[in-house]
Amino acid sequence: MLAQTVTGQNVRVVALIGNPNTGKSSLFNALCGMNARVGNYPGVTVEQKVGRLSGSTELIDVIDLPGTYSLAARSADEAVAVNVLSGELPQQTAPELAIVILDASNVERNLYLFSQVYELGIPVIAVFNMWDRVESEGLSVDAELLSKRLGVPVLCTSANRRRGIEQLKRAIEESLSNRTDGPKPEQLARAMFPPAFHQETLALTNWLAENGRKPSMYQVDRMLIDTDGHFQKTICQSGLPGIADRIDEARKRLGEAGCKVPMFETKARYAWVRKLIDGAVTRQESRSASSSDRIDRWLTHRWIGMLFFVLVMFLVFQSITLFAKLPMDGIEWLQGQSSSLVESVLGPGALRSLIVDGVIAGFGGVMMFLPQIAILFLFIAILEDCGYMARAAFVMDKLMSSVGLSGKSFLPLMSSFACAVPGIMATRTIESRKDRMVTLLIAPLMSCSARLPVYILMVSAFVPATRYAGGWISLQGIVLMVMQSLGAIVAIPVAWVLKQFFFPGEPATFLMELHSYKWPSVRVIQQRVWERVVAFVVRAGSLIVCTSILVWAAAYFPGDHTQLDTILIELEQKPSEALQQQANVLRSELIESSFLGMVGHRIEPIVKPLGWDWKIGVATIASFPAREVIIATLGTIYSLGSGETHESEGLQEKLKAARWPEDGRPVFTLGTALSIMVFFALCAQCSATLMTIRRETNSWRWPIFSFVYMTTLAYIGAWLTYQCCQWWS
Amino acid sequence: MSPVKTTLDELHPGETAVIVEIIGDDVVASRLMEMGLIEDETIGMIGRAPMGDPTEYSVRGYRISLRKNESVRVIIRKDS
Repeated sequence: MLAQTVTGQNVRVVALIGNPNTGKSSLFNALCGMNARVGNYPGVTVEQKVGRLSGSTELIDVIDLPGTYSLAARSADEAVAVNVLSGELPQQTAPELAIVILDASNVERNLYLFSQVYELGIPVIAVFNMWDRVESEGLSVDAELLSKRLGVPVLCTSANRRRGIEQLKRAIEESLSNRTDGPKPEQLARAMFPPAFHQETLALTNWLAENGRKPSMYQVDRMLIDTDGHFQKTICQSGLPGIADRIDEARKRLGEAGCKVPMFETKARYAWVRKLIDGAVTRQESRSASSSDRIDRWLTHRWIGMLFFVLVMFLVFQSITLFAKLPMDGIEWLQGQSSSLVESVLGPGALRSLIVDGVIAGFGGVMMFLPQIAILFLFIAILEDCGYMARAAFVMDKLMSSVGLSGKSFLPLMSSFACAVPGIMATRTIESRKDRMVTLLIAPLMSCSARLPVYILMVSAFVPATRYAGGWISLQGIVLMVMQSLGAIVAIPVAWVLKQFFFPGEPATFLMELHSYKWPSVRVIQQRVWERVVAFVVRAGSLIVCTSILVWAAAYFPGDHTQLDTILIELEQKPSEALQQQANVLRSELIESSFLGMVGHRIEPIVKPLGWDWKIGVATIASFPAREVIIATLGTIYSLGSGETHESEGLQEKLKAARWPEDGRPVFTLGTALSIMVFFALCAQCSATLMTIRRETNSWRWPIFSFVYMTTLAYIGAWLTYQCCQWWS
Repeated sequence: MSPVKTTLDELHPGETAVIVEIIGDDVVASRLMEMGLIEDETIGMIGRAPMGDPTEYSVRGYRISLRKNESVRVIIRKDS
């Protein structure tokens, strides 16, 4: 199966595979440049990354497969690599060549994966990456000897420094033009499997062939070796009667023959690797490994390690708030400037409102996240590349395992306290799919910075300024603190429920490689930050802008804006207090008669048990795209004009003065304020977050799920809060 | 002295031992073996995380972190 381009020229496909931390993405970038096409494999959460080999006369696509230690697949996600390599993925052209990347300082475990790829029957090139490290650490690898023993090209590169890349490109082209025979069966690690196993696979292959199935040799091997593995499950579900029993019986016979599944496989492969590298690779302890151990003695030390971890986290999050402020203010300023520019060109009317309140506000909302995303990913890239990230997970693992997650979930969740969008994007560092999904789904519960303005407004207006302990402890401060931590506290049972009922099965494993410390590479960091930023702007951004325009339209139509527009024109010519007042009243009337206002009145019976009137209901609905919008909307509805801030005295006074029309009781009591805050603490009012979840999970199912579960939680939480307050007073 | 059979989680910092076997045939067991923890391999204990779990080990020239529920699956032989 060959892909065709528009010009009719064939595109040839090669695949890149290797262990994690072998510099695979740097090598991919060195081969293809910065323009990779990123998508998702159909039906799984695995990212599909394809690039075009640069500087080649032929059209060659390079597929970057996810980093893995083994081709044994337990889930559909893990089977992606095998399926791509054996050309069994329907939408993906079968690769004609596999490039296996190896880390010379950890040669045995890297060659383990090689031994599996070698058996797939696809031509292979072995590449020792990070070759500069081999040289500087006095390791020795005889690439020529290995190449002779394996019968495949063995190359050495330093992708970070762009060394050896041209040779690799030539080797790729050469391998594609002259097809070789591939390894002989006796060259494979498989030849070292016990005879009993070969009998069983032969019997099973024949039986499958009689029943019209022709799986590859590798798949038959995996059906027998991996207990409850992906290939066993697929064949058992394919409607072949008796297959499950056949596999069970074969395993039982293997066990009786002293050939224990899965031990014999790993044993044979590692023995094969030992034989292969004997005399070709020195197995001495690398210098960086022992100096890494010395650093680890301090950085994972009982007290010093903990202190260092807290310090690093403190530094990261301080920098985010510190350095993001300036660019964010800049973006806000630009947004204001472009709005005034539009306002100076266009007169008041629907078009101007669409551009200013819909497009510019939506686009500005997207850009507003960029500084935080860029800074967080800068730190993540540095920490990951130098090796500390794995240690941070190591240090925090015990704490996170108490809620069924691993140490790797800590940083994404911590980041979500600033903003859930970069936090959710950071869950990519979690290899376990189930852990990643749970982390991603609870991340929006962490109290992000957009919730703070709402809390401050409500607390300063409606929580009494009582002080305790001689003025040292204020009630307002306590309420603020409770609201800030509420989401994280609720996240604990939510994580437990998700783990138990939505992502059960897989036992908690935390096998993690702690690779040696090294100086981070500028090129790698640049690339990672760039990738994240582009991914956010292009894929989440467009959807966020769409949502803002939709909400704008709901709040604008179908009201008649001519009177307001006339006043606005007058105002622009000659500002006056009275006219401004009139415009504000008109604005609030227009919102009330808009689609949004209609919905607000309709839902009043639903929000009344929370202690809310329809205006709060409308403001809450309007703030579903972005929760901080509630302040501006409350300002508009309580006819203050837009542009309110949470510190503004005017808004607080207006809210305090609001009365129920039936009996003249004040709308905002302590109970109402608390119920609003609890609702905002738990609700998924952020289109950017939902779109990021959609992008990261490659499905609409999870953003909808998040939205439903969080809104339900928020409603129940707000109802309980209000009812308790009523009962108390 | 005769060798003592115990589990990997009993190792102290700086100690080394030889792996005897991995218990079980599930995902955890095969993951451990894929990562190179196989009978007759030497494994060393580097140190524990600040909260006592997981633990860093050295095997086949690299470092791996294992939780206690994984390291109890590894039977080792220690020369006492």
